[in-house]
Amino acid sequence: MQRITDGGFFMKTDIFQNRKYLIIGFIAICFIVILIRLFTMQVLTTKYINLAKNNAIKNLVVYPARGEMYDRTGKLMVSNNIVYDVLITPKYIDSTFDVIKFCNLINMDTSTFNEKLEKCRRYSRYKASVIATQISKEDFLSTQELLYQFPGIYYVSRTVRQYPFSSGAHILGDVGEVDANFLEKHEDYSLGDYHGVRGLEFTYEKYLKGQKGFRAIIVNSANVEVAPYNDGKDDVEAIQGADMILEIDNDLQCYGEKLMANKRGSIVAIDPNTGGILAMVSAPGFDPNMLVGRERSQNYLKLLHDSVQKPLINRAVSGVYPPGSTFKTFNGLVALQTGVIDEYTQFTCNGPASSPIKCTHNHQTPLSVVPALRESCNPFFRKAFEEIISHYKNPETGLTVWNEFAHKFGFGVKFNTDIFSENPGMIPDTTFYNKWYGKGGWKSSTIRSLSIGQGEIQVTPIQLANLAATIGNEGTYIKPHLVKAIIDHTTNDTIYPYSNEVVTTGIEKRHFDTVKRGMRQMASMTGSRVYLDIPGVEVCGKTGTAQNSGKNHALFISFAPMYNPKIAIAVIVENSGYGATFAVPVAAMMIEHYLNDSIDSSRQWIEKRVLETTTIE
Amino acid sequence: MADKRNSVFASIDWFAVFLYIVLVVTGILTIFSSKYSGDATSVLSPGTMSRSQAVYAAISLVVALLILLLEGSWFQRFAYPVYGLTMLMLAAVLVVGDEISGAKSWINLGGFSIQPSEFAKFGTALAVSKYVSTKGFYGQSFMKQLPVFLFILLSIALIMLEPDAGSAIVFLSFIIPLFREGFSLSLVIAILYLIAVSVIALLVDKYIMIAVIFALLLIGYVIFRKNKGILLTIIVIFIVSVGWIFAEQWAFDNILEQHQRNRIMVTLGKIEDNRGVGYNLYQSKIAIGSGHWVGKGFLQGTQTKMDFVPEQHTDFIFCTLAEETGFLGSFLLMAVYFTLLIKLIMMAERQRSPFSRIYGYCVVGILFFHVFINISMTIGLMPVIGIPLPFVSYGGSSLLATTILLFIFIKLDAYRYSILS
Repeated sequence: MQRITDGGFFMKTDIFQNRKYLIIGFIAICFIVILIRLFTMQVLTTKYINLAKNNAIKNLVVYPARGEMYDRTGKLMVSNNIVYDVLITPKYIDSTFDVIKFCNLINMDTSTFNEKLEKCRRYSRYKASVIATQISKEDFLSTQELLYQFPGIYYVSRTVRQYPFSSGAHILGDVGEVDANFLEKHEDYSLGDYHGVRGLEFTYEKYLKGQKGFRAIIVNSANVEVAPYNDGKDDVEAIQGADMILEIDNDLQCYGEKLMANKRGSIVAIDPNTGGILAMVSAPGFDPNMLVGRERSQNYLKLLHDSVQKPLINRAVSGVYPPGSTFKTFNGLVALQTGVIDEYTQFTCNGPASSPIKCTHNHQTPLSVVPALRESCNPFFRKAFEEIISHYKNPETGLTVWNEFAHKFGFGVKFNTDIFSENPGMIPDTTFYNKWYGKGGWKSSTIRSLSIGQGEIQVTPIQLANLAATIGNEGTYIKPHLVKAIIDHTTNDTIYPYSNEVVTTGIEKRHFDTVKRGMRQMASMTGSRVYLDIPGVEVCGKTGTAQNSGKNHALFISFAPMYNPKIAIAVIVENSGYGATFAVPVAAMMIEHYLNDSIDSSRQWIEKRVLETTTIE
Repeated sequence: MADKRNSVFASIDWFAVFLYIVLVVTGILTIFSSKYSGDATSVLSPGTMSRSQAVYAAISLVVALLILLLEGSWFQRFAYPVYGLTMLMLAAVLVVGDEISGAKSWINLGGFSIQPSEFAKFGTALAVSKYVSTKGFYGQSFMKQLPVFLFILLSIALIMLEPDAGSAIVFLSFIIPLFREGFSLSLVIAILYLIAVSVIALLVDKYIMIAVIFALLLIGYVIFRKNKGILLTIIVIFIVSVGWIFAEQWAFDNILEQHQRNRIMVTLGKIEDNRGVGYNLYQSKIAIGSGHWVGKGFLQGTQTKMDFVPEQHTDFIFCTLAEETGFLGSFLLMAVYFTLLIKLIMMAERQRSPFSRIYGYCVVGILFFHVFINISMTIGLMPVIGIPLPFVSYGGSSLLATTILLFIFIKLDAYRYSILS
């Protein structure tokens, strides 16, 4: 066995041996102090026994109402409704508990009751669990006083959402109860709390949720409330969440939803001066009131499983489409800015005989950019685009320049404001084509589909609306956003989250003027003018058709008036064919409704036609 | 003697093991009771915390057995590597630890988590014992003593980074083995004096206190004025005391967090807020105080079950025991701890190897600090400091690490005849 030495540092006699008595003495004194204290607390005084017997304090949570949402004109779009949750403490449910009477009272069958009671019991016999949720105020009032007959039963009031106009489901989002998964990630929530699941409810959760309050009551050994603890002096009142004023015009939103009924597609209308979203419609939609109350989960599953209409998807921001000819406005601007064309540069068009992209429109030739926009001439924009790409030392550089402009306009990227479930879309870049064709394996003619907004490019309706707003503003935009102001009741602070930052596009103002004239001619000189001739308003627009494996999608972007526009809009009607036929009248009605408050009597036939159109089976 | 040399088990101090088992079983039963919800479950029913604790206890026993079977000289030989390993764990937790209520104290090892600060306790004890026993302590120059303090300070520093002030405080317990090995008595008295000054300074007005200290020192001077150099000593004591009072005030206002300040003020009775910051302590005191002579009976407690007492199965486990077994049970528990500590001191004193003796005192110090701080906080003698009651509180890391801490010493003790001093 190994010999262990002390290294010779220790003296033969351990001179500090007697310190063990000091240590033992110190420990003994500490233990005696504890024992004296315990004896005083446990034996000498009866104060704590009485406190334990009579003064069991129960903390009740007082749930705050979430903040309300108003539209830009002050209309209440999201309000709150009081409902009641009934809680049960299983320990007090014995043979004397009249189950049938109780079940009749809260309108529940006895087997469900027993099943739920068993579940509560498994969770805890001593803690109260919710047995019935969201009983409406009307149903509850008649049962309230009778509930006191039942030991172990109490209730808390809560608020749930109500949507007076049934509008804006995709924008507003919904509120659900927190689940185990959510709780794991959010320490400041507890079981039974609600949180915003989608839409603005999700984005602005921290403002909307408010602060929980607490009420302490003294309960006796039968868990019955005796009195408020300390006369309620320590109770904390619940604080309602902050209210929000939206950029949405509820009137226009409702009108847009009406126009898009029985169609698939979306409308996005933006106020070009502020970037505020005036209306954002995704069709088919649903009534937001469906996702409230006791039918919430059932209705949610129904909407989720509708794989044909997919009503839960917000097509306005999550739906991606090739922009089609609407993108000619953008390509025209880039061509002018890069100097590959000027306002007077003309290209020839051979009409249907044009190659490789034919032109289906019958118009003058050769023509410059303004008439080319009016006539939506494919060969003109194909040539202009190829000029851009081959203007630089190699197509890679050309495409990169084009890409940069696209990103500056908000294409291929998310706006990242307060819009839920945004899709960035897709602007193909050199990496993309190098992967596809190999490096050096492509040139301007390979990617010419981009010139007319076809091919690999994908954009969302909100990006197109923003394009319209940017052209209307002649080169700048404020990122599209939904909330104008958040008003905190406790501090009276008002926050304006997204109204200031102006984004520039790097394209000169004069080029926008050129493109605007092309768009004005399109709206006033072509067949579409039937719809776009709105009394007293100079409308600018550009149609588009997005090629699709099924029937093509109709697209239209527009802004009005021509100078200092008040509304910019993008409309997509899926599977409806040519842009002018379906998307233009929808946009026209929206613009007229917004700017003139009503549809001129001479034009009501258009509204009627739109409303009667059905593009889904 | 020959028998004891041959068989590990014959030379084990079974009384210490018995006390250990009493505490562990008490813990499992109390945990069961603290979480009991009236169902027909038993202590070992699946899904109960008492069952988990029993599993931890079984694992701990297996580890204890392994320790007993190891070569006794290994603990001294591998003291530094073990210390290094536990420090690495402390460093690792700062990087990969899971943040739970603001502190990174736990490493998740897929399926189970461990708390490195618990393991650092025996790691540091081994390193301190090894250094002091090989390099000496008393009579050595400060530079020679310095590494001992660095071993301890490194642990404290790493744990404070988590931050976990409660676990860090336990490392101050190394003052006990160091005191036994010759750490200056005057310094210990000075430390106790400064602690007393600190507590009183929070209770009374600083200027009145300074006046009182001045008066007392003046009286001291009058009595001892014949002694040489007394004036200088008294002036130094006065300056240090005044400086300390202001430094403490500054530290209290600037270093401590609000919740720590509140806990201290509640303990000192300066804040009476039974619904807010004082809620935990108030409920804990009601539970313990309502136990009376013999308590409400096993599983019959009311205060600790309805969530009136927080952390009722971990740091506040004593509440359940005191509520259900009353003063009698509380007294018995304290008696078991006291007996264990005295037994460990006796065992330490009979060691021939300084390493084993010092290690024994490290164990005494760590266990004593845990018990004293934990019980004191539940009855309001100390601010709420979140550390477990050894062997009793729920928690695998704590039980396993404390078992290792104890059984290394039991092994060293069983091995003492093989060491030639």
